[in-house]
Amino acid sequence: MNDNEQTVASKARRQFLGTAAAATAGIAIAPGVLLYEVAHGKADDEPVSSTVRWGMLVDASKCAEGCDDCVKACSAENGWTPVAESQHPTQAPQWIRKLELQDPLTQTQLNLPMMCQHCAKPPCVDVCPTGASFKRADGIVLVDRHICIGCRYCMMACPYKARSLVHEPLNDTQKPDVPRGVGCVESCTFCVQKLDRGEGTTACVEACTAAGHGALVFGDLNDPDSAIAKRLREIPTKEVRADLKLDLGVRYHGI
Amino acid sequence: MWQRVRRWALIALAFLAWAGIAPAQAGAPKPVIERAAKGDRCVEDTAFMRRNHMELLKHHRDETVHLGIRTRKYSLKGCIDCHASKETGSVAAAKDDFCVSCHAYAAVKIDCFDCHSTKPQGAAQATARLDGARKRLADATRALGMKDIVGVAR
Repeated sequence: MNDNEQTVASKARRQFLGTAAAATAGIAIAPGVLLYEVAHGKADDEPVSSTVRWGMLVDASKCAEGCDDCVKACSAENGWTPVAESQHPTQAPQWIRKLELQDPLTQTQLNLPMMCQHCAKPPCVDVCPTGASFKRADGIVLVDRHICIGCRYCMMACPYKARSLVHEPLNDTQKPDVPRGVGCVESCTFCVQKLDRGEGTTACVEACTAAGHGALVFGDLNDPDSAIAKRLREIPTKEVRADLKLDLGVRYHGI
Repeated sequence: MWQRVRRWALIALAFLAWAGIAPAQAGAPKPVIERAAKGDRCVEDTAFMRRNHMELLKHHRDETVHLGIRTRKYSLKGCIDCHASKETGSVAAAKDDFCVSCHAYAAVKIDCFDCHSTKPQGAAQATARLDGARKRLADATRALGMKDIVGVAR
């Protein structure tokens, strides 16, 4: 085969490979070659859409007494100082709190994590004077720190005590993925940085699963085949303060 | 007549410029611009970036926060990944670091690093990204019912 023929052949081969790649829409063909685009993940340049609604199921009957792995994992992932290590514990930011409750009448013990409930009708968004508090298309309630003026109306409005103000300068201790700043309000983001990477789970859920409790299930509430949607069909669950009709993204079983 | 006036005006301007700039050169040291550690060219021409980086970043930040669009091209993290100083590992920790050096010279305060980390993503986050990619692969393979590919990829 002379040079010219070789060029023609390799061109044809390239075209064939190109077509094949397009037909399989980026599915791995060779060992070690990773898939590019997938069922659940979105491309980096694609905006989030309301076809997904992220949600969490907390099974309080499985939530173990004395365990705060979810809180530790959240703190490690998102870079906030654990309350016990804070110099000012009463005003330290808390994205997720472990509650241990007791019914005064029956003495029943109850363990559960409490965090932003990612309401479909969030009061924090309603009251925000600057538009910093907002709900993303996929149901995650966030604070845009570029617009937040730290007025704390949203903290007052939240029925779940889910938000905190950062009172002290963080001196470049932030995680590259999780910007945080003094004078801004913050709360659970459902680990939005992980979700946007396509991991489809949060730090607290991973920690709870790793600890073997399995009290937390995370996923897409709109997808009937997701683990969370299946579990929600199986067991009775409640919203905390359902009377407020906020349509929460976090539901509890066993409360 | 007008030509002569113009010529004198030009000479006067040239003198003023010379008289004005010369002392400034002595007094205000030029910013230290460290070459980017990675890559051989920026996402846009240097001249364009010097004038417009703030617009690119501002546009990108709104898309990222509100729409979850996380392209790397105009992201602050992209800037930091390449431009972090070799010595401090940061774009704003020391006075000669990339962002601070110019901003001090131009007397423009940077607010970015009140909230954003000045350091590039560490190995841990890179691993997390890889894990994410692996999970996506597994999801897709499951969706397509092709168990063997997951085996191969592992």
